[in-house]
Amino acid sequence: MTQTPKTLFDKVWDAHVVKQDAGAPAVLYIDAHLIHEVTSPQAFNMLRQRGLRVRRPDKTFATMDHAIPTRQTEMTLWPADAAHQVRTLRQNCADFGLTLWDITGEVQGIVHVVGPEMGVTQPGMTIVCGDSHTSTHGAFGALAFGIGTSEVGHVLATQCLLQAKPKTFAINIEGELAHGVTAKDIILAIIAQNGTGGGAGHVFEYRGSAIAKLSMANRMTICNMSIEGGARAGMIAPDETTFAYLAGRDYAPKGREWQAAVARWRTLRSDEGAVFDREMTLDANKLQPMVTYGTNPGQGMPVSGQIPTPDQLADPAERRALLSALEYMGLKPGQPIAGQPIDIVFIGSCTNGRIEDLRQAAEVVKGRRVSDSVWAIVVPGSKAVKAQAEAEGLDRIFAAAGFEWRGAGCSMCLAMNDDKAGAGKYVASTSNRNFEGRQGPGARTLLMSPIMAAAAAVNGKVVDVREMI
Amino acid sequence: MNPFTTLTAAAAPLRAENVDTDQIIPARFLTAVTKAGMGDGLFAAWRYDPTGQPRPDFVLNQPQYAAAQILIAGRNFGSGSSREHAVWALTEYGFRAVISPGFADIFYNNALKNGLLPVPLPEEAVRLLLDLVEEQPDVQIQLDLGAQTVSLPDGQSYHFAIDPYRKECLIEGLDDLGYLLAQEAAITAYEHSNTKN
Repeated sequence: MTQTPKTLFDKVWDAHVVKQDAGAPAVLYIDAHLIHEVTSPQAFNMLRQRGLRVRRPDKTFATMDHAIPTRQTEMTLWPADAAHQVRTLRQNCADFGLTLWDITGEVQGIVHVVGPEMGVTQPGMTIVCGDSHTSTHGAFGALAFGIGTSEVGHVLATQCLLQAKPKTFAINIEGELAHGVTAKDIILAIIAQNGTGGGAGHVFEYRGSAIAKLSMANRMTICNMSIEGGARAGMIAPDETTFAYLAGRDYAPKGREWQAAVARWRTLRSDEGAVFDREMTLDANKLQPMVTYGTNPGQGMPVSGQIPTPDQLADPAERRALLSALEYMGLKPGQPIAGQPIDIVFIGSCTNGRIEDLRQAAEVVKGRRVSDSVWAIVVPGSKAVKAQAEAEGLDRIFAAAGFEWRGAGCSMCLAMNDDKAGAGKYVASTSNRNFEGRQGPGARTLLMSPIMAAAAAVNGKVVDVREMI
Repeated sequence: MNPFTTLTAAAAPLRAENVDTDQIIPARFLTAVTKAGMGDGLFAAWRYDPTGQPRPDFVLNQPQYAAAQILIAGRNFGSGSSREHAVWALTEYGFRAVISPGFADIFYNNALKNGLLPVPLPEEAVRLLLDLVEEQPDVQIQLDLGAQTVSLPDGQSYHFAIDPYRKECLIEGLDDLGYLLAQEAAITAYEHSNTKN
């Protein structure tokens, strides 16, 4: 008897369909629900209004990351609204009996850094959070996606969501990354090629020889930005790298259960002959360090290139988008991106705030000085990342070079706290979004890898990091 | 949720592609713990200059579009962050529908959960609608969810797609939670059959 070959996505989806009524979306079971201070309060309000409890407190994990200052931890010095959100989250977690990784404790940080660190994120799970970068957890072979606050309420109350089944999109990345080219460059190249709406309605599966060689941190960087490619989720089949990362983590299975789990996880890969709705291939050998020049993450280019000119774009809407982006960015069509002066450097975020990212950036920074014209900050993704970096002396390397060394949080990725770039300032940022005003009203973001951002900090301008390493 | 059946209203033209949720409502407005007041932050960076004065060239500051309940925008509307605040901002401001060649997935879902009708139309149709409402700001556009049509006073009409289940929920004003809570037995059975749960 032969079975129809299934994709990784199909296997995880099918295993979580509680019920599928004719003419209705699937009732999809959620294995892990992550929450944070910004998108959860209105959901808890709804529970109270309707007299509902949290159905599975044991599958719900909260931390604080978006609004919190990373400069100091003394709450009396915080802006009143951020402090109020954090207190509200504490109250909600206490009232409903939820695990909270509080800023006062040892475990805390960006929700998409902490979840994997704690071993909550596991292959084959469904994971949701009121945050679009929940796609990060797909690096473990989980189906993980961002939801709105209404859906946060649905999961709190029922541990389920009503979901239409998305389509599948295989992204094959073959070959070897050149020295100085990173996972960030892979995902920026995919989005540049495919557009920010290219993945709409689909779940990406990243596969191929270039993906197999990547660390979990690098895989998380790629899956993290699936949403920037328009896909709600991105997945990578779990392998020995995944199992080695998870072994021994707090919430990972132990002993005999670990053996059983690994055996189950090994089946989580797309079968030979499985059919995807769409497919694309990227040659890793040809990639260069990438830099964005515009106001959406699809407006990216190799560091050696020139900003496109409108006549290179056939589509009037794309031309309009280019011109409006360049006007905001204060950049010119045809201009080389290398040499563009930089005012601020931000190293951090759920995209590139992990220990591996900081190690790589520190390697570039070591023995050098941040340019006098640059304000540079490093914001570790979690307290664990911060502690590990300090144990390795990375904080001293950054500080000696002139970087500020901060506490864990989202910080200047979205500028909800006091880390804001000023109007008109150019920011070399390892985060995920270069939208207008994302890093502060009027701020101009250039997305790049941690080593490219480190190189920009040292030189005060965009440079090709390969010339420095 | 307020039901949506038909709407005849003026529309505002927003000639921009990839309007992301950071534009619809910047992060600095996300520090609230309720939904109230989001309308004030709608398109804040485009609506107001750094001193807080309205920018006269922005469409929502132009008196001829003050009554608009339909927003017409370029492709990939609502991309980026999952913040439902973007939908709350649009609805509190007074919009009941958005017409675009395409929507980002999370925004689309969030809209449906708040009675804001997302209307996907072909690129060409959206371009014609943008031209029309720029020329005739008071033109009344008729949305009929039951018939899935966008109709103009001259008789021109466009059909739009929507999932039949979502359409029913909007017309009846039903949210997902009632449906999900009614699945309690099935959810418990699922949990029992999956020992790892």
